[in-house]
Amino acid sequence: MRIIITILAVAVLASVPLWLRDPYLLNALITTGIFVIGAMSLNLLLGFTGQLSLGHIAFFGIGAYVSALTSLGFDIGLPGGLRLVHTPWPPIVGFVLAMLIAGLCGYFVGQLSFRVRGAYFVIVTISFAEVVRLVALNWVELTQGPLALTNIPSIALPLPGFGELTLRTKMQNYYLMLVVALLAYLLIARLVHSHFGRAMRGLMENETLAVSVGIDVTKTLTIAAVISAAIAGAAGSLYAHYIRIIDPEVFAFINTVTMVIMVISGGKGSLAGPVVGGLIFGLLPVALRPVMAPEAQWIAYGGVLMAILFVLPRGIVPSLAQRFSRRRSNTPALAPAALTETGAKEPA
Amino acid sequence: MSEFLQHLVNMLVLGGTYALLGIGLTLIFGIMNVVNFTHGVLYTFGAYIMFIVVQQLGLNFFLALPVAVLAGWLLGAAIELTLLRPLRGSDIDTTMLVMIGAWIAMQSGTLWIWGGVAKSVATPFPEAPLVLGPVSVSWLRLFVLVAAAFLILVTYLLINKTSLGRAMRATFQDHDTASLMGVNVDMIYTSTFAIGSSLAAAAGALLGPVYVIFPQMGDLAAVKAFAIVILGGLGNITGAVIGGFILALAEELGAGYVSSGYRDAMGFLIIIAVLIFKPTGLFARAERVG
Repeated sequence: MRIIITILAVAVLASVPLWLRDPYLLNALITTGIFVIGAMSLNLLLGFTGQLSLGHIAFFGIGAYVSALTSLGFDIGLPGGLRLVHTPWPPIVGFVLAMLIAGLCGYFVGQLSFRVRGAYFVIVTISFAEVVRLVALNWVELTQGPLALTNIPSIALPLPGFGELTLRTKMQNYYLMLVVALLAYLLIARLVHSHFGRAMRGLMENETLAVSVGIDVTKTLTIAAVISAAIAGAAGSLYAHYIRIIDPEVFAFINTVTMVIMVISGGKGSLAGPVVGGLIFGLLPVALRPVMAPEAQWIAYGGVLMAILFVLPRGIVPSLAQRFSRRRSNTPALAPAALTETGAKEPA
Repeated sequence: MSEFLQHLVNMLVLGGTYALLGIGLTLIFGIMNVVNFTHGVLYTFGAYIMFIVVQQLGLNFFLALPVAVLAGWLLGAAIELTLLRPLRGSDIDTTMLVMIGAWIAMQSGTLWIWGGVAKSVATPFPEAPLVLGPVSVSWLRLFVLVAAAFLILVTYLLINKTSLGRAMRATFQDHDTASLMGVNVDMIYTSTFAIGSSLAAAAGALLGPVYVIFPQMGDLAAVKAFAIVILGGLGNITGAVIGGFILALAEELGAGYVSSGYRDAMGFLIIIAVLIFKPTGLFARAERVG
């Protein structure tokens, strides 16, 4: 049943550019898709280890800047009169470097933050993102500061024997986004259903018990943070090469909040949750645009977030899954948490 | 040397309002265990109340401050009653996200009503600054410092000398026991949130006329408040006051001697450094915190 739904969903998503001719909507779908990749990576931390990172956009933005700078080149002065000159490399190398460097940052943030949990972890991650934003804003020689990095080249795929395919059109970028999103989904699904995934969820549900059966807390959480950050970095790289201009506003806190909303509304700890929540909240502004002023849209955005937390605190996908399985078994669910595919976390 | 003295004077003015922000947040965070993302919005709200009363209604500048405090109190109580009371017992992530939703909605509401153009408030103080030897300070900033000090004192007395304050401290230590002893914990939560919010509004009303007023002004203020709370230790009022002045000093020296672009980075760097080296805050008592 789940397999059929998944295949159908992928088929529908893959067919979109064939029948959707409106470039504005296609553009909205591509940027939404890129943010859904970010949301999936956030879900790995929030939904499967229980750590709420409110600085997740930092990894996305670092990926975007690394990828853009790799493909644009730079020439900066170092202390001691030295200069660091980098000649442009192909964007596809930038994509790989974006994942590596974002993952490295994830490692350091993981090492730092997992010493502190709960509200403090949240505040450390916010601070990290803001410091990175201020560096991007003030290190003008490298990042052009508020003037933004412009003319970022599109990603070119090397085709052996045929030269290169430069992805310029919206349709090509849509498929690139879809392929990366599917790979990220499969990677996370694979991870979650592995021994490592059980260790993560064990930690989330009962840390003392998990430690007592030999799970290494710091190692598990750090690996999750690195993978999560690397996927977010990949999304950032896609964003940079698709939009082709980035400025420090990419680090804005509201972008993290958007990802968090996507995960929470769809259902944290559910693989499909960020995708469902992401499509709803990514496309909501598009749907509201003709009927509401932008400010009113954001009011609605905040209102919907609050409403979801009040009405469906566990998110759309787990709630629907629970309703569905309850109807099939035709008995009241005794242990709601156990019925969802991964056992979404119950409020403590 | 005179430059350094000038930085110290600026630090005092800034630190007073930062302390107000920090006290408000540390009360809410410490007593209610709510990560209050609406704190910055309340700061913005206070500044806009100042703008409405002085610029739009044409009333007295000194009247506007108590109006802002009262309005902040009412808005805080309303947020607590409608959003937090129904969520009592939920986990900290849920209330935090609801607060984020409220923050987005209210900030966008401000933007919708007053637009994004920065506003300024006319003040009754003379243009010429007060010059004391090598340093100069504007009369407005001096007033801000005095008013902030007065409000800090009032809050301190409220917490330490009144029965409401005693009930708040009891709730902070152990809300179940406080409830058993006849403390109306629901009422304490509402009061705490309202008092914290009115302090944030007061900080905004004081700093709004010093700078300019715009809808996103509260975002940085909120993060600075978190920095102060972490620096001073959760629920520690004296710690919040000292933390406010330390943050102001770090910002002044950072802006003066490093780069003005990194002024706002100081708060974040302090947060990261404190949480790495001394996560319970600089002034943690030996006893249990939180």
